[in-house]
Amino acid sequence: MAHTLTINGRSHSVDVDDDTPLLWAIRDNLGLTGTKFGCGVAQCGACTVWIDGQPVRSCVTPVSAVEGKVITIEALEGKEAAAVQAAWDSLDVPQCGYCQSGQVMSAVALLKENRKPSDRDIDLAMNGNICRCATYARIRTAIHAAARTLEG
Amino acid sequence: MTAHDLTLSRRSLLAGAGGLIIALHLPKAARAQSAGSATFAPNAFIRVAPDHSVTVLVKHIEFGQGPFTGLATLVAEEMDADWGQMRAEHAPADVKLYANLAFGVQGTGGSTAIANSFDQIRKAAATARVMLVQAAAQAWKVPAGEITIEKGVLTHASGKQGRFGDFAEAAAKLPVPENAPLKQPAQFKLIGKEGVVKRLDGADKARGKTKFTIDISAPNMLTVVVARPPRFGGKVASFDATDALKVKGVVDVKQIGSGVAVYAQGMWPAIKGREALKVVWDESEAEKRGSAELVAEYRALARTPGKVAGSHGDAEAALAKAERVIEAEYVFPYLAHAPMEPLDGYLEWNAQGALARFGSQFQTTEHQTIAQILELPPEKVQLETMLAGGSFGRRAQVSQHLAAELAMCAKAIGPNRPVKLVWTREDDLTGGYYRPLFVHRMRGAVKDGKIAGWSTSIVGQSFILGTFFEQMIAKNGLDSTMFEGANELPYEISDFHCEVHATKVGVPTLWWRSVGHTHTAYAVECFMDELLQAAGQDPVAGRLALMGKEPRLAGVLKAVAELAKWTGPDAGNGRARGVGVAESFGTFVAQIAEVSVGEGGEPKVHKVWCAVDCGIAVNPDVIRAQMEGGIGFGLGHALYGELTLDKGKPVQTNFDSYRSLRIHEMPEVEVKIIASTEKPTGVGEPGVPPIGPAVANALARLGQGRPRRLPMVGGIA
Ligand code: FES
Ligand code: FES
Repeated sequence: MAHTLTINGRSHSVDVDDDTPLLWAIRDNLGLTGTKFGCGVAQCGACTVWIDGQPVRSCVTPVSAVEGKVITIEALEGKEAAAVQAAWDSLDVPQCGYCQSGQVMSAVALLKENRKPSDRDIDLAMNGNICRCATYARIRTAIHAAARTLEG
Repeated sequence: MTAHDLTLSRRSLLAGAGGLIIALHLPKAARAQSAGSATFAPNAFIRVAPDHSVTVLVKHIEFGQGPFTGLATLVAEEMDADWGQMRAEHAPADVKLYANLAFGVQGTGGSTAIANSFDQIRKAAATARVMLVQAAAQAWKVPAGEITIEKGVLTHASGKQGRFGDFAEAAAKLPVPENAPLKQPAQFKLIGKEGVVKRLDGADKARGKTKFTIDISAPNMLTVVVARPPRFGGKVASFDATDALKVKGVVDVKQIGSGVAVYAQGMWPAIKGREALKVVWDESEAEKRGSAELVAEYRALARTPGKVAGSHGDAEAALAKAERVIEAEYVFPYLAHAPMEPLDGYLEWNAQGALARFGSQFQTTEHQTIAQILELPPEKVQLETMLAGGSFGRRAQVSQHLAAELAMCAKAIGPNRPVKLVWTREDDLTGGYYRPLFVHRMRGAVKDGKIAGWSTSIVGQSFILGTFFEQMIAKNGLDSTMFEGANELPYEISDFHCEVHATKVGVPTLWWRSVGHTHTAYAVECFMDELLQAAGQDPVAGRLALMGKEPRLAGVLKAVAELAKWTGPDAGNGRARGVGVAESFGTFVAQIAEVSVGEGGEPKVHKVWCAVDCGIAVNPDVIRAQMEGGIGFGLGHALYGELTLDKGKPVQTNFDSYRSLRIHEMPEVEVKIIASTEKPTGVGEPGVPPIGPAVANALARLGQGRPRRLPMVGGIA
């Protein structure tokens, strides 16, 4: 059946089964492929999007349950996003890059909540995002660097 | 090959592989596919466009290990280009132009990208430079020798200036010179320098803009998932697609060589269609042994004579004389690669030709496989290599099974119907091609503080014997990927013996980041440490005393000891330090890990110091990144990684049970790169081998013993 989704500030109608995960509606129906598939069972974080500003795993969120406003990596903006992406650039965080959309979505959400995260805060916010290339040390350094930029 | 409906003989592959000529050559006939007549493509590797951009055509697949950045650095160096004008893209599949000089066919592996391309791509760039200078000299009517280039700007003393794009069209008309001079290392401005380049693929990856295979879409395209046999070697007996076809969005269901393919409009209907599909499997020839049975068989085999892979002196006599023989048996599980992007591929075709797009790691053979299955002449089949979300060996397919399955899916649905084949994570983890399960049985003795005899017996599967790669890799029927690092030690031991047993098991296996060293370094470095401990020797000094003939390995060990301010294994505060060293793929790495026993009794690795000697360090930051990544990858698997088979069926099906290292488990890493003028060697794999034994050796000093069975945490087999 048709579902109305608000994604990146625009309203879209997608005609898919109720149980279709938001992930596949975003990727296959709307053609927004920055959000990735890594596990399908809320274990890896590659599919992280925001609903009403909260990071969620779109692979286990059926379209029928989505009520809020969805933001994907394609529409990420604001000073936290700019700070995170600039830190990612300057530290050359990505390797294969496949997990990085999800990492960035989680990291920006963390900095919006917590301007000065400790290592422990970073562990808690980021441990749902697997990076098989193990770019973790740089992710941590980059989040601290972004936090410093935001401090001004 | 297990379940394909094709038989690719070694002969047909060899015949099609362009004669397997291994020689350094700069293809002149072929020039990089140009984007227009004003583009200058002096050879197959470089394209200079009127907008001044310099595009490097990279024949090695980029899946994170950095060849795009590495090769672009080499080109920018020789051309004195500005980093901002550099671009990189994958070269098309073409064995005549783009063979890996180490293999004779186009492919990536063995950490060869920089080693292979170092001279070749610099020559290509130096040639381009000479031609651009010549074109400028003609335009300005000045001697070429008076023109200099800095940051992409050509300058003559008269004040004339121009950029590459200004001379691209004229340069393209010039003859290609032979023997363009290369820079001397003292002239390098980019190679080996810190902070002068950024990864070319980094910015898009941080913004979700990079297109991977899974992101491809095309009009009329179908997404395909395949139901494959639950046990390796199983076959389709029959299937009933009635319910599958009722799922909204499912378009068709077809039997193919590897199973039953479900074609749908999108991934979710494909997955649901597969769930609704009923398949009866014929398991009469399937492998039904589990990990526990295999380990028991291997342990018994390790006590029988095998094939000799290395020997000197008389180890048996030395051990017979010894007062005390120390024995250790190490058991290594099957491991999945689990690249973050699961296997996938895109293919469109009709009678006129085909276009395949995927993260192809062995382009030459995959190209042939696709052409053969589609019954098209190879020249009508295009293969475009996509950026891939990791590989760790998984895409380096000896059997070509992904390319074959992709072509079978496309063929079964018929022409003019593009398909995108996607493996789910469950498909990936239960789909085989694992790092083989291994058992190492070691015996050694110590006398007067010296190692007085070392004997080892290695049991496991070979993924090389009986395949296309046997003639490239195996010698005398022995597959070196099974025992590399264990049949010759870097340590001087007068009485040494190494035997190997290649087992026949119906579980498909494959190389996995650092290949044989994934297990040999663990067994050798743990056992060495155990013998040194028994001899009352310091882990660093004791190793160094035996490394007289290995100056570069000794060099990294000394460097890492200095970096970590090594004073011995005890680090105080309930922490201990352990050492691991290994040479792999011509690169030397030593690591020291500082470890404690953490929550739930699990090892907690706080910090890892790492020294690496990879010859000339082209991109120091990429090298550091690969050491960090290799350490994380090696550590995650040593701690948690296990793919268990229960009566032949894979037990771990997703990341909930195939535990992957997470951010809070990643240690701090400090890397020291040894300055060197030796030829550059690879860094994608060599960071992996030392970390497991370094952690184990630290645990031993914490009174935990060296884990003899991996993974260290959990473990079902
Ligand atoms: S794909 Fe959603 S968490 Fe892995
Ligand atoms: S960068 Fe490859 S999985 Fe994270």
